[in-house]
Amino acid sequence: MKSSTLRQLAPVAAFYILVLATPTLLSHDYYYLSILNMAGIIAIIVMGLNLLLGFAGQISLGHAALFGISAYTSAVMTATYGLPLAVGMLSGVGLTAVVALVVGMPVLKLKGYYLAMATLGFGLIVYIFFNEAISLTGGPSGFVGIPQLQVGSFVFDSDLSYFFLVWTTVTVVLLISLNLINSRIGRALMALHASDKAAQSMGINVARYKLFIFVLSAVFAGIAGVLYAHYLSFVAPSSFGFHFSVQLITMVVLGGMASLWGGIAGTVFLTAMPEFLRAYENMEVIIYGLILILCMMYLPQGMAGGVSKLIALIRGRFGHAR
Amino acid sequence: MDLGTFLQFLAAGLTVGSTYGLAALGFTIIFNTTGIINFAQGEFVMLGGLLAVVFMHWLAPGLPAAVVLAVLATTLVGLVMERLTIRPVQHTSVINLIIVTIGVSITIRGLMMLLWGKDTYVLPAFSGTTPIPLLGATIAPQSLWILGITLLVLAAMRYFFSRTIFGRAMLACSFEPKAARLMGISVERMVMASFMLSAFVGAVGGVILTPLTMTSYDVGVLLGLKGFAACILGGLGNPFGAAAGGLLLGVLEAFGAGLISSAYKDAIAFVVILAILLWRPSGLFGAPDTERV
Repeated sequence: MKSSTLRQLAPVAAFYILVLATPTLLSHDYYYLSILNMAGIIAIIVMGLNLLLGFAGQISLGHAALFGISAYTSAVMTATYGLPLAVGMLSGVGLTAVVALVVGMPVLKLKGYYLAMATLGFGLIVYIFFNEAISLTGGPSGFVGIPQLQVGSFVFDSDLSYFFLVWTTVTVVLLISLNLINSRIGRALMALHASDKAAQSMGINVARYKLFIFVLSAVFAGIAGVLYAHYLSFVAPSSFGFHFSVQLITMVVLGGMASLWGGIAGTVFLTAMPEFLRAYENMEVIIYGLILILCMMYLPQGMAGGVSKLIALIRGRFGHAR
Repeated sequence: MDLGTFLQFLAAGLTVGSTYGLAALGFTIIFNTTGIINFAQGEFVMLGGLLAVVFMHWLAPGLPAAVVLAVLATTLVGLVMERLTIRPVQHTSVINLIIVTIGVSITIRGLMMLLWGKDTYVLPAFSGTTPIPLLGATIAPQSLWILGITLLVLAAMRYFFSRTIFGRAMLACSFEPKAARLMGISVERMVMASFMLSAFVGAVGGVILTPLTMTSYDVGVLLGLKGFAACILGGLGNPFGAAAGGLLLGVLEAFGAGLISSAYKDAIAFVVILAILLWRPSGLFGAPDTERV
């Protein structure tokens, strides 16, 4: 095992120990656990989006749709057609990957605003489909009766059991992502972020790497979608609209583009925030907006950048921190 | 399809398309002076309509005054947006700018929701609602207002950019800011002016459409997207191509809704846009020099 891999393993192990201890620390309070479950599910998408946006520099305003495709596919397969859970979950993730491949091939040739617009257009088309294909998806009122997850005779039927499932998945996805960005692929992605022309001239197959990372981030969104559908046992189109895509971007930006740890922190913070703002109804929308603006102005590296700046400051080194 | 139905669809399409066109024009004005696509453009359209309603309700100054006030207030919002959020982050990447303008758009939307709630509002029509018969179709008087004002705004913009010194200075900034600065043009002021102008144009679109289609805090998202789609259809950076793209998009949508499915009306526009993006990203009227890898 390479030393770089070992160096990442320690913080991930520490993180997982914290995960295992969390339910006890929260004295098994189902309310906090349910918030953390949602945060964990969203964190999986955010990690994928972070690889795409933060590392490879490609924006997607359609990730909510990919998340939704997986959730609906698994829901329809298991609830409508009564197929086994494994089939539903695999087809959910699989279809998401295929859709990302088919959409990504032409769309990723576009850059900047055009890419933002194209992914947004894709997201909206899918959202409209969820709303209008009533016989398949249940339309605006949603899809009910999605079965709970089950392994052998063990049924995931509590917030606590889902907590371990979700956050173990988060840890695995984190480990995969950390390994990826420290690999040859990760360096290629960062190269094409800096300048795709330069990357191309270095012999990096830019188109293929962009497609790879787009499909991988879609697979993460797909995994999250499956977990989401079976955890809530209910899905509705409103969860997969443009607003959610923007929320995902906000989480990446707040955590720190190109920081996976920051992404998880940003996700937990922004998922929990509305719960603490209950008294000020409707404030959260404004706060999302302000976070986006203020981060870009004062904290372009997000919370992760802020923390490392602070550490650098404390150490008395005023050089620029990463 | 008989002539009456055809004209009916056409009129509906051109009416809505005018607003897309005005939003698209707003996008182009900012894009041309700054290279920024302002994702809050739709919010300018929403502000125009919603503020007019609000002024009518709370100040009761009568329709014309409310309309003028709303357009002026939105123009002011454009100014404030540029000063507070765009100027401080000038030299940053495209993705960061996209994120900033998205941030502004949801902040404005959130504020309006907080202040006026989620209700849907309507303005009275400018000159009554008695439909005008025309060759078997009926056209709402407001449609004529919308088309007329859109054409007026377009003509004024054309005059402004080609005949006035201020307009030409703005164009100069778009071609080469450094050279413009050397010629004694204040690029900062031009950027500010472009945000005000595009807010103005968007607000006009919002105000004239509201009597026909109603408004609420969240109509800006879709109007903005359609406006940007219109830009791409017409060719990003070409103001009159953008306006034409808006009209075309409106007509396509109206016929799509009428002939194919009204449920998928909004999807039709985006399918068209995706096709255009992939087939000819420079748009119908743009030069085909593209930024593709």
